[in-house]
Amino acid sequence: MLDTSPMIEVRDLTKHYPGRIAVDGISFRVGRGEIVGFLGPNGAGKSTTMRILSSFMPATSGTVKIAGYDVFHEPDEVRRRIGYMPENNPLHLDMRVRDYLKFRARLKGLGFGASRNRVDCVIDQCGLRDVSKRIIGQLSKGYKQRVGLADALVHEPDLIILDEPTIGLDPHQIRAVRALIKDLGKNHTVLLSTHILSEVEMTCSRVLILNQGQILADDRVEDLENRFSQDSRVVAEIVATVESVRDTLRDLPEIESFDISAAAGDYLRVSVSARGGIDLRPLIWELARQQGWAVRELTRTRQSLEDIFIHLTRRQKGKGR
Amino acid sequence: MGIFFALVRRELGIAFNALTGYVVVSFSLLLAGFGLMDLMVRLNSDRTDAPITEMFFSEGLIFWLILILMTPVITMRSFAAEKALGTYESLMTAPVGDWQVVLAKFTGAFLFFLLSWLPMFGVLIGLRQVTGQTEFLDPLALGGSILGIAFLGGTYLSAGLFASSLTRSQIIAAMISLLIGIGVWASSLRPDTGALGSERWGRILDHISVTHHMVDFARGMIDGRAVVFHLSVTIFFLFLTHRVVETRRWK
Repeated sequence: MLDTSPMIEVRDLTKHYPGRIAVDGISFRVGRGEIVGFLGPNGAGKSTTMRILSSFMPATSGTVKIAGYDVFHEPDEVRRRIGYMPENNPLHLDMRVRDYLKFRARLKGLGFGASRNRVDCVIDQCGLRDVSKRIIGQLSKGYKQRVGLADALVHEPDLIILDEPTIGLDPHQIRAVRALIKDLGKNHTVLLSTHILSEVEMTCSRVLILNQGQILADDRVEDLENRFSQDSRVVAEIVATVESVRDTLRDLPEIESFDISAAAGDYLRVSVSARGGIDLRPLIWELARQQGWAVRELTRTRQSLEDIFIHLTRRQKGKGR
Repeated sequence: MGIFFALVRRELGIAFNALTGYVVVSFSLLLAGFGLMDLMVRLNSDRTDAPITEMFFSEGLIFWLILILMTPVITMRSFAAEKALGTYESLMTAPVGDWQVVLAKFTGAFLFFLLSWLPMFGVLIGLRQVTGQTEFLDPLALGGSILGIAFLGGTYLSAGLFASSLTRSQIIAAMISLLIGIGVWASSLRPDTGALGSERWGRILDHISVTHHMVDFARGMIDGRAVVFHLSVTIFFLFLTHRVVETRRWK
């Protein structure tokens, strides 16, 4: 029966630090097999929430269940099921990669033989084969990050929690780590935090936007973009006369407003706003075909996650003041 | 049990992966050299009936210097460094118990402490070889000295561990444990019983005097009261350390 319970179930979670509230009554669920991005500016409460989820510290109030186990009352059961990579990826810098992973595997309760097998496995999975005998302190940041990931994976946890896994990496390393995370999502539930928006767009299926200890949005990435793209516009560049375009578009009920300007060459740049957030591209295409307009561009300008994020966090700031 | 041994091995590994372990051992070796010189001077100056272990371990200052300076250096990093580095978080989110961590850190420190005394015994055995006198080292006195080192070491190391659990700064941890260490030692050094004005207080202080304990141990006399005293102080400090580790769960 336990397998049908959600991987993470958070109810009214609150955490007070002396003098400030870090997490303010948040609730959410994460199902098995999801890759969820925890998005928020610095100090939004991401790390605090993750520390509570991994049972490092207790909540002030509220309950958190991981795979059906309470993080406060059954911490050992929870810890066995979680692979957690804390913020800034702390590692024992004086150890060699393989020794460190073996130590961590033993710590997580794997037997002697099992730990050796799993360490070999994660070394391959994370691309650490070439550096397995090197001292961690001498590795590049990208490799260190992979060691941290390998550590999180070594005991085959159901849930992987990664606190800012790509922070401080160069673009190549970021790409490699992201690919690795996406790969993990095939077999594990992943919760990762970041303040890089494109990262969530690229790796996560669902996003939780957190600001000042509260959840501002909890949705699938596409749905969120659609929801906030109500006023989305379609831009088309076509060859036609201004009058014919104006006459055609004026009578359509789906169109709220439009604007025509000249573009390079003989083209006109027509930007159209839809009524009710529908996608106008098929309609415009059909019109162009009927009227014999030549089309060289037809795009829907959607709000990116970045716009949504700025919009949401700014709105809340305004409310707070 | 596997987790416990993995942790102990890690604690010992820290000492020898980094330079600290070698520095501590060479430092105690250097001091042992001074101790040997001091011993030679005293052996040459007048005749004595005292066992060689007593002269070395309790009359000389070298033993106390090593004990008081070495234990804070061994224990200062145990919790403080992990907190500063952040590995404390990955340690405490692994499925390990608070007691397991405290006891493993203590055991690791304790084993390293015993290991670093080996050169000292090397010095005494070397002396025996050179002088060619087989009765030079009384096995009972030697055994007593080893026990004394172990019990006093337990007391000092557990206090150091407690100090380290309080802070994330190794220097503060070392200072606190140094303060405790010097305090315990200094309270044992009473020039005369009358100074406190009361005979009873004097007797109580004699019971908890670590220097008195060590004299007995070095003579090969194992006093049950001293054993109980050191064991209970060790357990007390380990208990306090465990409480500090546990407060994380209540903050």
